[in-house]
Amino acid sequence: MFAPVYLDHNASTPPDPAVLEAMLPYLSGRFGNASSRHEYGRAARRAIDEARDQVAAAVGAHASEVVFTSGGSEANNLFIKGAAVCLKPGLLAVSAIEHPCVIKPAEQLCKHGWTLEKLTVDASGRVDIGNFAAIMARKPKIVSVMLANNETGVLQDLESLAEYARMAGAWFHTDAVQAVGKLAVDFRRLNAAGVHALTLSAHKIGGPKGAAALVLDKRVELEPLIAGGGHERGLRSGTENVAAIVGFGVACTLAAERQATLAKPLLEMRRRLEAGLTGLGATLFGQAAERLPNTVYFSFPELDGETLVGYLDRAGYAVASGAACSSANPEPSHVLRAMGVDPGLARGAVRVSLGGGNSGEQVAGFLKTLQATVAGLQRLTAMTA
Amino acid sequence: MLKLPIYLDYSATTPVDPRVAEKMIPYLFEKFGNAASRSHSFGWEAEAAVEEARAEVARLVNADPKEIVWTSGATESNNLALKGAAHFYSGKGKHLVTVKTEHKAILDTCRELERQGFEVSYLDVRNDGLLDLEVFKAALRPDTIVASVMFVNNEIGVIQPISEIGEICRSRGIMFHVDAAQATGKVAIDLATLKVDLMSFSAHKTYGPKGIGALYVRRKPRVRLNAQMHGGGHERGFRSGTLATHQIVGMGEAFRLARLEMGAENERIRMLRDRLLKGLSDIEHVYVNGDMERRVPHNLNISFAYVEGESLLMAIKDLAVSSGSACTSASLEPSYVLRALGRDDELAHSSIRFTLGRFTSVEDIDYAIKLLHDKIGRLRELSPLWEMVQDGVDLSTVQWAAH
Amino acid sequence: MSYSVKVLDHYENPRNVGSFGKEEEGVATGMVGAPACGDVMKLQIKVGKGGVIEDAKFKTYGCGSAIASSSLVTEWVKGKTIDQALDIKNTQIADELALPPVKIHCSILAEDAIKAAVADYKKKHGEPVPA
Repeated sequence: MFAPVYLDHNASTPPDPAVLEAMLPYLSGRFGNASSRHEYGRAARRAIDEARDQVAAAVGAHASEVVFTSGGSEANNLFIKGAAVCLKPGLLAVSAIEHPCVIKPAEQLCKHGWTLEKLTVDASGRVDIGNFAAIMARKPKIVSVMLANNETGVLQDLESLAEYARMAGAWFHTDAVQAVGKLAVDFRRLNAAGVHALTLSAHKIGGPKGAAALVLDKRVELEPLIAGGGHERGLRSGTENVAAIVGFGVACTLAAERQATLAKPLLEMRRRLEAGLTGLGATLFGQAAERLPNTVYFSFPELDGETLVGYLDRAGYAVASGAACSSANPEPSHVLRAMGVDPGLARGAVRVSLGGGNSGEQVAGFLKTLQATVAGLQRLTAMTA
Repeated sequence: MLKLPIYLDYSATTPVDPRVAEKMIPYLFEKFGNAASRSHSFGWEAEAAVEEARAEVARLVNADPKEIVWTSGATESNNLALKGAAHFYSGKGKHLVTVKTEHKAILDTCRELERQGFEVSYLDVRNDGLLDLEVFKAALRPDTIVASVMFVNNEIGVIQPISEIGEICRSRGIMFHVDAAQATGKVAIDLATLKVDLMSFSAHKTYGPKGIGALYVRRKPRVRLNAQMHGGGHERGFRSGTLATHQIVGMGEAFRLARLEMGAENERIRMLRDRLLKGLSDIEHVYVNGDMERRVPHNLNISFAYVEGESLLMAIKDLAVSSGSACTSASLEPSYVLRALGRDDELAHSSIRFTLGRFTSVEDIDYAIKLLHDKIGRLRELSPLWEMVQDGVDLSTVQWAAH
Repeated sequence: MSYSVKVLDHYENPRNVGSFGKEEEGVATGMVGAPACGDVMKLQIKVGKGGVIEDAKFKTYGCGSAIASSSLVTEWVKGKTIDQALDIKNTQIADELALPPVKIHCSILAEDAIKAAVADYKKKHGEPVPA
């Protein structure tokens, strides 16, 4: 059977076979509800406890700081909305390049008396430190800046930013769903620098969909988003998704183990890809900044990104145009807009995100296919122009 | 061969049906795409699977697939329904009506709404656990915007008069929400005839996986909600977040099997439940909690007087069941559901909920009957209360040294 | 809830379960707790010459820890004088049975049962005559 080459790991990753194997017992014989007091329930509770340890260990946190949620979006909503409810309305600041599941809840708070400042980024996609410092001087109460951007892969210098946020007395959150597994992420160290909460998600690191976590400094007071029964220290009610949580735990352990060894081959593939793309005349976004080793975001002038990825899919390569979650949205990427990229060029944006399962041959094959596809599309464009 | 402990706690959660697990596994492996990825076949494959499952969920309850919104479970569905509707319709009024025997997911959400300035009436039930329609009508006010009544109670299995309540709500323009987590696959649900505006579902109570549920949101007449989780605008803006494809596929298959098999399955389970009841009814001083007629066949909730609940659970540890008390940090709290039925604390403490299901066998039931006979006898031999009753003492006249 | 080995042992094989005949010489009864609280303990002692507890029996309505606590004190009070029995403290019971914090009240109840039984004895018989 024809199997396309998957180059969209920032959207979702194939679960590792070890993850699936760990999950299967919880989809058959070990099916108890972790709140039940009999052996079926206690077995489920033990499995969740173990997964909590694994998740905590992978990001240098304490198990008691891990709050399981149904996904990264929920974890981000929980922090933004949950922290706001416990504070008097004031200023909150999130970067302009955040995922919608940070920006949208932040915008919602404006209906409840909050003022939202979107932190600007420079042309390379890094938070503009001058603007950041100026906004911090206005003493925001909540700040959220992602560790790595899902579209460009650009990293933020969180420890420097947190320093300003700490002086402002803000609760500082970071969405790290794209960073975990691709970089070493140490919550203890970030926490010492002034980061109070961090989001990570299973399905971005070789785990299943349906499990994620908010790692939370216990000094932060939060209202739950979902009430009813008081699970997760009262921060997230609802019967625990034991199988997915178990898978999440194993995925975290594997990701932490493999991250260091995986970084080099990923980076080599990325460089090869970037060299090839430059040779084909593509514009690469975020080039001036430090980026994830797996992500390349580019555009060919005059070519529509949606059209290009459609052709690439038919040719056997699964890549993305803009972020997966907003693919239905025909607007050019808000991330590129924030970076000041020309809207025409932004409409051509295509993202390749690599995973541990990809090979140099696949990258070479992709470049070859891309070259032919782009040439064909450019001829078509020239004819219709 | 009997496998111990015997699982008789199907209302807490059900095993995933092997046919459901089989259907899920490919979506944990090669079909791992993100249903929101619109640019490649991995995404389309996931999206197609999600829509097929949505149609199956809709079919079980005779709804339109467009009326089904995926959530992480019934608790989230209940939160979304109540907070979403209360916030959206708060311009019309700020009063909600619910029932004292609802699940915590409803009661805790109502408490949260009260802190936000809403007013909630918590209605009593009759001794049989059923809501009295006159009590319900009397609680409604011109500023009532939402009523929430569960279809099937999780502890005692009684079936509330949803059809009648729906008529009352519709005639007064009140949004009617029903928590149906315990109802799917156990009672027929026809949303084309029921005047229900919002209905919560859970997969893991109906042989599907944990971590997935759905909220039915009526389109005609159209029901509006404020989303509680914001982001990429999934689920037509009602609920953002990457869809867990394998879990959704599992819920779809579980609900498809429920639709096909519930008729025959319920009769088999009723036979087993009645066998259990008959087997226990020759023990003295046992009391069934909740009405036996308007009740799902899966549930039997019984109080064994003069035996303390926790020691009873310990004695019957070969049975995985729930008791009528929740062990909180400091003390045993009797079930608030049984309290609402007017059961005194002792009987609430000594109650056991047996919930039967797809994989319960006659042997399981017979083993349970024998075990209970033995253990109840032993614990009563240990019980000073039992001794006093045997001596003809009326316990209600005793002055207890409270501590 | 996981129970210690000792609690399980007393629960599975409770010592000295039962009641003395009402008319038996030297019998005193302590009944503490209430059904609504989830535990009732009845401790009976049979006191002989010199105020020495010759035998003890119990019946308990309560959780496994309550049953174990009362079973244990029937063993401990035997052979003690009633005043010595009063020296048994709940902390000793809790330590012996390795009760978790949420079950400490069971050991307190057992201590109270001893006090109640001794008080009943003193009410019926007055202070015992030293040997």
